[in-house]
Amino acid sequence: MNETLHITSPAVTTPPPTPSDVSIRARVSELNFWYGKFQALHSVSMPIQDNKVTAIIGPSGCGKSTLLRCFNRIHDLYPGARYEGAIELMPDGLNLVSRSVDPILVRLMVGMVFQKPNPFPKSIYENVAAGLYVRGIRNRSEVDGRVEHALKQAAIWEEVQDRLKKPAYELSGGQQQRLCIARALAPEPKLLLLDEPTSALDPIATAKIESLIADLANDVTVVIVTHNMGQAARISDQTAFMHLGKLVEYGETEQIFTNPTVDQTRDYITGRFG
Amino acid sequence: MDHTLKAVDLDLGSLSHAVAALGDLAVAQVRAAVDVFVRHDLPGAEKVVRADNAVDLQDAEIERNAVRFIALRQPMADDLRRPIAAMKMAMQLERCGDLAKNIAKRVPRLDAAPSEAKAASIAELGRMAAERLAAVINAYRSNDAQGAYDVWLKDTDIDERHEGVVREIVAGMAAEPDSVGDSIHLLFIAKNLERIGDHATNVAELVHYQITGTDLSNRPKL
Repeated sequence: MNETLHITSPAVTTPPPTPSDVSIRARVSELNFWYGKFQALHSVSMPIQDNKVTAIIGPSGCGKSTLLRCFNRIHDLYPGARYEGAIELMPDGLNLVSRSVDPILVRLMVGMVFQKPNPFPKSIYENVAAGLYVRGIRNRSEVDGRVEHALKQAAIWEEVQDRLKKPAYELSGGQQQRLCIARALAPEPKLLLLDEPTSALDPIATAKIESLIADLANDVTVVIVTHNMGQAARISDQTAFMHLGKLVEYGETEQIFTNPTVDQTRDYITGRFG
Repeated sequence: MDHTLKAVDLDLGSLSHAVAALGDLAVAQVRAAVDVFVRHDLPGAEKVVRADNAVDLQDAEIERNAVRFIALRQPMADDLRRPIAAMKMAMQLERCGDLAKNIAKRVPRLDAAPSEAKAASIAELGRMAAERLAAVINAYRSNDAQGAYDVWLKDTDIDERHEGVVREIVAGMAAEPDSVGDSIHLLFIAKNLERIGDHATNVAELVHYQITGTDLSNRPKL
């Protein structure tokens, strides 16, 4: 053995970029967003892989919900909101944040579920059918079939099949949230956005939603914002970490939670954030 | 940077301290076992055998605390690697303690004190194994991935030394047939020391993994 030989320990390698053969459902490119004069997003670029769950994590105020809401143009409801860059929906490459694209069209293609369950003051059936009516689908047998399918996708059919005409408010919080997921799924969106969908739920209802999200990825591409890092680790395939309106790190969830390449990511997920 | 939850730092610090202390204990046991062999110190050998109990207890304590830390703190990234590596390192170090105990247990079974030449050969192999183990514990204590990597690269010299010692013992057996019984004990003692070198290499891999998150494999041919 040559004692003078000095071989350097192999450095941590950066994971390879997303392979070109991975199917992409949406691509965020150099996205900037302003609330009036305040710039909330800075040149965010990332792919959203098809039929996968992408989690967006980061501290409060990092821009994760702002980014999520760009996907379905909710910001358009507020004066002074301004987008630059693109969120292209594949395969057509339609830029969801382009002024020339009607936000109503965007919302028909991109479903969203919010932090607190927000069923309409209607029956369980009418809640799920609402999105179909907006699309002009009124044929009774078709609506019936799609309502049942969406309720099954949202894993709530067995609990409500005998009371479809009952008010949605009679359901528990966890059931209401799954009903909202069914409502978002009924129009068969290309993307499903979930903004902290379990933060108002108890652990059992949370577990049901998490299990549901994992199953949903077979049918629809999911983007979820969550403060719960265990949840991101459990249910997502890719994870994006954001801070101060910037994307700090994006990668496979396993890599992000076991060996992040950026110190800032590591500090956040291990609870060292100052 | 410290964790926001101070208890996490305290738990991890305590776990690292316990692993390093177990490493020190294992190194001391290896050195003591070689020493009692060289001096044919029967009471000393008995003491080494009894002291292995402390190694076993420390190993069990580390495993309990690592499991508790994972269950209560739900760590991620390097915070997760630390209790995992601690458990696996403790297991390797506990095995080093067993091997030291095995060496000590053979001392009273020898018909006579080893010859000066044989004692010197085994002592040199023991010194290398103990130093290798001490070096990797130092790398662990100072969070030194490069230090661990250097230890990992060096294991071949212990293997080569072990082969030399085996050749010497076998040659002695041919020359002095009456010493075959003792020589077999010496072969086992040498093998135990070579295994301690292997465990030091395994610990080096774990230290490197804990710090960098990457596995060491395919040692370069020197």
